[in-house]
Amino acid sequence: MENLNLVLPEIFISLSIMFLLILGVFIKNSSKLIFNASVLILLITAVITFNETFIVNRITLFNDSVVIDYMASLMKIITLLGAFLVLVISSNYLKTFKIYKIEYPILILSSVLGMMVMISSNDLIVFYMGLELQSLALYVLATFNRDQLKSSEAGLKYFILSALSSGLLLYGCSLIYGFSGSTNFDVISSQLNSNEYVLTFGIVFILVGLAFKISAVPFHMWAPDVYEGSPTSVTLFFTMVPKIAALTVFIRFLYVPFLNLIDQWQMIIIFLSIASMLFGAIAAIGQTNIKRLIAYSSIGHIGYILAGLATGSNEGIQSSIIYISIYIIMNLALFSCLLMLRRNNQYYEEIEDLSGLSKNHPLLSLSLLVILFSLAGIPPLAGFFAKFYIFKAVIEQSMYFLAIVGLLSTVVAAFYYLRIIKVIYFDKEKEKYDDDHSFWLKFSLTFSTILILLYFIFPGQLIDVVSRINII
Amino acid sequence: MNFPILSSLILLPIVGALFLFFTKNKNGNNLTAKYVSLFTSIANFLISIYLWFSFDQTISNFQFIEDRTWIDGFINYKLGVDGISILFVVLTAFITPLCIISVNNSVKTRLRDFLIAILIMESFMIGVFCALDLVVFYLFFEAGLIPMFLIIGIWGGPKRVYSAFKFFLYTLLGSVLMLVAIISIYWISGTTDVIKLYELGIDTKYQNLLWLAFFSSFAVKTPMWPVHTWLPDAHVEAPTAGSVLLAAILLKMAGYGFIRFSLGLFPVASEVFTPLIYTLSVIAIIVTSLIALIQEDMKKLIAYSSVAHMGFVTLGIFTIQQQGIEGSIIQMISHGLVSAALFLCVGVVYDRMHSRLISSYGGIVTIIPKYSILFMLFTLAALGLPGTSGFVGEFLILLGTFKDNFLVAVIASLGVIFGAAYMLWLYKRVVFGKLINTDLKKMVDLNKSEYFILICLAVPTLFFGFYPDPLINTIEVSVNDLIDMYNLNLINK
Repeated sequence: MENLNLVLPEIFISLSIMFLLILGVFIKNSSKLIFNASVLILLITAVITFNETFIVNRITLFNDSVVIDYMASLMKIITLLGAFLVLVISSNYLKTFKIYKIEYPILILSSVLGMMVMISSNDLIVFYMGLELQSLALYVLATFNRDQLKSSEAGLKYFILSALSSGLLLYGCSLIYGFSGSTNFDVISSQLNSNEYVLTFGIVFILVGLAFKISAVPFHMWAPDVYEGSPTSVTLFFTMVPKIAALTVFIRFLYVPFLNLIDQWQMIIIFLSIASMLFGAIAAIGQTNIKRLIAYSSIGHIGYILAGLATGSNEGIQSSIIYISIYIIMNLALFSCLLMLRRNNQYYEEIEDLSGLSKNHPLLSLSLLVILFSLAGIPPLAGFFAKFYIFKAVIEQSMYFLAIVGLLSTVVAAFYYLRIIKVIYFDKEKEKYDDDHSFWLKFSLTFSTILILLYFIFPGQLIDVVSRINII
Repeated sequence: MNFPILSSLILLPIVGALFLFFTKNKNGNNLTAKYVSLFTSIANFLISIYLWFSFDQTISNFQFIEDRTWIDGFINYKLGVDGISILFVVLTAFITPLCIISVNNSVKTRLRDFLIAILIMESFMIGVFCALDLVVFYLFFEAGLIPMFLIIGIWGGPKRVYSAFKFFLYTLLGSVLMLVAIISIYWISGTTDVIKLYELGIDTKYQNLLWLAFFSSFAVKTPMWPVHTWLPDAHVEAPTAGSVLLAAILLKMAGYGFIRFSLGLFPVASEVFTPLIYTLSVIAIIVTSLIALIQEDMKKLIAYSSVAHMGFVTLGIFTIQQQGIEGSIIQMISHGLVSAALFLCVGVVYDRMHSRLISSYGGIVTIIPKYSILFMLFTLAALGLPGTSGFVGEFLILLGTFKDNFLVAVIASLGVIFGAAYMLWLYKRVVFGKLINTDLKKMVDLNKSEYFILICLAVPTLFFGFYPDPLINTIEVSVNDLIDMYNLNLINK
């Protein structure tokens, strides 16, 4: 019991959720209060978690089912900050659609709690518990704009497909349990024998379930519909936060229990990676809706992250984490721009609506220019460095084929990013959009754009932060 | 450590661009924007001249080296110039102010943004020529795509979108393989520092593949036949200043890259692939010259002539003879001056008549004599008349080629004749002949700024044509050293 303070962030956040729920029941019109309180709670939790980054060793708790190490703390902080930013920039959007309700921050908090459990899990059952907690909250969030048909459809689709993948995942877990006699990662790792073919089935099922959660090809079908249908602020949440937790679990799964079976899973990851990179790049070309396009682009980016994981080295893991951090910043910036496309209380999300934006909104267009070139991976912007680290790790393992396919797909992907830039800069202008945006929206756009633009001055800082991650 | 002169060359245009960006865009402010950018680029040119004068021509080492840790244990921000690169730095700094003066008429909208793009472009281009770390080089090399894409796309002609996309995707596709090669070099040799790599050498068994990866990037950028098709499109659609930058400097990045990286880092592979380069160069010289002959658009004709001239350059580089490489560098400098001038000449008549078709001109010699004289000078320089800088380069290249391979040299010499044919025919159709199109009578001769720009370009063209020693002295020791190192590596393999 003396180590209970190590799970203080989780305890704090769960108590807060309950408290806020009670508060919401007893106080009328408390949505603003609860919004602000949730923002504060996320920040406080991040600060508490920050304390844990100073722990040098890997600590396991509760019969080795929960692990606290540097990677877990770091990923939790990224998750919390991501959720924090989503909350602060989405309030205006929610008010426009009259869905500024107490459930929204509480659902976000509970999904964050689920992710934190996932990130720290060292046991199949704990992991599954966290996964379902976050998923349940996410289903509801997807349908949050329930008066809109598309939003309900998105939530339902997400629910059904996600339940299917959870089923596969559980089946994989049961196979693993059957062969190793334990659900604990460390125990599994010592019990495994690579000659068991059925065990490979177990790994495949688990990987399928996880690939679904991060929307890697060929388990990506839900992503475009869900991204398009959900309210924009929720889409922003989807593209950023759950991916961090899923990535962490991916890393832990592959590198703690199954590291000895790297020959078995490496090909699968490489396939997922190549398929995602190519498919994401090609399918995005035909899109006309920005949110759908972002969905395909996020599939492509997941491909690069998986390429880092496929290397089987610490360098690869670190590069994946760098990639997702930079990707989150770029996504945040992109969605901030999207949330600024408002005119007469209506939000615009077709690529056509950006036409000639540079004439009326030069600064917004410039930010979009920076963001899109960064997403395309053109130096000297941050997106280039993200890809650079990934390919550095990939080439270190002499996986030239993966590197060349990956880089060629960046060229294909560059085409659709250029297409948006073309619409913004080369096409005829349309009506002006509103200029009165909330402080936080402006802040997050400025902050993230400057970060993307000037990342090249101090590229070493981020490497220093992740270089302490040492899984293998 | 001394004053970081190369960094200041790179940073000064960016500072100017930032200043432009943060000034409020009021009425009549365009003039201020122009003066600011002009001032910045002229200051940069003066710095580059100072650099050239304080450059020690007697040693082949890299000079003005700046070395800072950038990513710990991986990339150093390393800059430096030797005899090969310094001339390109000066050329870039020289052409940019002329571009800025020339935007008077051609750019109607968003002048401020245009100037910002040009200044940023300048800084990236200087960065390419100064970088002594492969990753830093790649960064500058690729970053230049962004401003050029915008220059073509925003201020270009009717088919600008197609051309801008083609330019961007072609070059990007070529370059990504170079990135793979650069990272591979890091893992093979443990560093991306060019000077260290020169000393260490790269394992011969990897050289062929690495050479091809670099080649894919440089061949697109040069451009070599058959991947040259983006260039005519980009030139035709780009605004005049954009064409000038593209022809005068962007194309030289690849020629420079061939000398610095292909020859310097992969001598064994260069020896293997020399026949490939010879073949492609000769095809480029002959085929694109013939294509140039039948063009009806002036800009397209000059664009194809650029491809032919760059064919000479690649030919000269891979002779690995003192004369050949020196000739190539001088040819690049000369082509930088002459093609810039030719595009400006086309821009001059285009601004007045809004047509680039050769057939809509003819007989303008009596209407705009000053223009005709200067245009003739640059036409003759482009075809390599003795007394112009074009002759020095072409002559040295052919001299080097004759030493190395007689047949190739003979075929390439044919290209000189074709070059004379299409350039003179162009001049004849535009300037001489009967005045058929009566609208041409309204044309006015060069205004002050156009006159100034063209004179600025004419003076070095003639000066270096009669007296190329300043150029040759600057590059000689470095080229000599490069060839020695190359031959030494071949023996040691």
